[in-house]
Amino acid sequence: MANRTFYNEILTDHNLHPAHKEKLPDANLILEGVNPSCGDDIILQLKVEGDEIVDGAFEGSGCAISQASADIMLDMVIGRTKEDALRLTDMFLRMIKGEVTDEELEELEEAAALHDIRHMPSRVKCAVLGWHTMEELFAEKTEK
Amino acid sequence: MENFKKDFPLLAGSDIAYLDNAATEQRPRQVLEAEREFYNKYNANPLRGLYALAMEATERYEAARERVQKFIHAARPEEIIFTRNTTESINLVAYSYALSTLKPGDEILISIAEHHSNMLPWQMAARQTGATLKYLECGPDGSFPEEEVVAAVTPRTKIAAVAHISNVLGKVMPVEALIRAVHAVGGVVLLDAAQSAPHVPIDVQKLDADFLAFSGHKLMAPMGIGVLYGKKALLDAMPPFLTGGEMIESVTREGATYAPLPHKFEAGTVNGGGAVALAAAIDYLETIGMETIHKRELELTRYTLEGMKQRACIHVQGSGRAEDHCGIISFTIDGVHPHDIATILDADGIAIRAGHHCAQPLLKHLGVMSTARVSLAFYNTEEDVDRFLKAVCRVRREMGYGE
Repeated sequence: MANRTFYNEILTDHNLHPAHKEKLPDANLILEGVNPSCGDDIILQLKVEGDEIVDGAFEGSGCAISQASADIMLDMVIGRTKEDALRLTDMFLRMIKGEVTDEELEELEEAAALHDIRHMPSRVKCAVLGWHTMEELFAEKTEK
Repeated sequence: MENFKKDFPLLAGSDIAYLDNAATEQRPRQVLEAEREFYNKYNANPLRGLYALAMEATERYEAARERVQKFIHAARPEEIIFTRNTTESINLVAYSYALSTLKPGDEILISIAEHHSNMLPWQMAARQTGATLKYLECGPDGSFPEEEVVAAVTPRTKIAAVAHISNVLGKVMPVEALIRAVHAVGGVVLLDAAQSAPHVPIDVQKLDADFLAFSGHKLMAPMGIGVLYGKKALLDAMPPFLTGGEMIESVTREGATYAPLPHKFEAGTVNGGGAVALAAAIDYLETIGMETIHKRELELTRYTLEGMKQRACIHVQGSGRAEDHCGIISFTIDGVHPHDIATILDADGIAIRAGHHCAQPLLKHLGVMSTARVSLAFYNTEEDVDRFLKAVCRVRREMGYGE
């Protein structure tokens, strides 16, 4: 039977076989993000040299949407500069509000698999958990 | 089997398999019509006006109180206080009774299986009075052995507050034994009947409960009408909870004397339409008969449990016996987060609950982060359950697991 639900292959694959779900021993930026209402919990770990995110990983537990979204995010931001990662985050969050152009959607690559989450308001917080955690991580670092 | 769904406009007009009845039930036409009739024909501010229409509104409102009184077998109508819901009823007792009677060193006894709404008010009362909050612990199947319940009561136990039926596991608390034990040391017992009043007969006098709280909306009435039962002697001695209009006898610059029961506890304009519709819901329920409802729900629970047991990847929380569930079955599926289960079922028009069910300490005690929950009502059908079972068996495949 065709997959009629929101859970397309990109999401289920990142959920079942995450590439970045592990401990990153030499991380220099670590922050835990939690959705208290549903128990999604992500410990985001980044290794940043200068302005570049050279490596990243996450640990934790939660629903498929929160886990897959975090894994997809790491796929995309590893190797990019902090500014570029934040630019993608902004684009991702705008996608969820339905405010992106087709070109932007294309640039979001696999993250665009979460495009339709905006029709499920109760699950939006799961999709954005990893991205918000990364934003906060960089915001905290700037404050210091 | 009688088709009850035809009485429920929402169910008759859609193909939803509504299996979230412990959160709120659907409303039959009779209830919706009763509320409409109140506003169409009798709308005036009850308890206030001196003209015929207002007196008619008052009469309908007070008749609803008597209907509730008979439903739970209270001795007097003034022992029935209308509130917004169970949460408000429990808060009323915590703020009014507990804060005015508890002393440092006194004990409040609740259970680990409480809904947050029967936990946070007691945490507040304990903090403000210096009383100690103690918890009854349940076994892995959610049961509270009678002897442990009785043993937890001490000479310092001033208030015990427990759910009659757990909203997560559906298990019935041995309330009779608890009430006897607490009364023996001079304490009082509040029963949270949110999950029991719609499903099992309640007799507050036979139970000898001191307070009992339930919500209308879980019993097919509109949202925003709830009930607190309290023994007259206790309610008489308690200070008001909310103050303002309608609950006074006379007011001066310096103070006020309060109205007698039940109006002392019903400050402000009351929910007349809600109360009248609650009475209609009780009429509807009793026309079908509590026995019939209980029997039908047990049948459906057994059918659901049997179906779920066929699949090794599905784990039912609590007991494996239908009799221990009262229509409430929490479960998990290997490798799939409960929120994902609910979302996948939703795509098939099946409504279930997922999450912590406002009972985080219980889930922690049971060692699970969250669960999915199917909860049945008498108007559900085997077909609803079949759709649920078929979809729930497909969940792992949808999530990318091989068979």
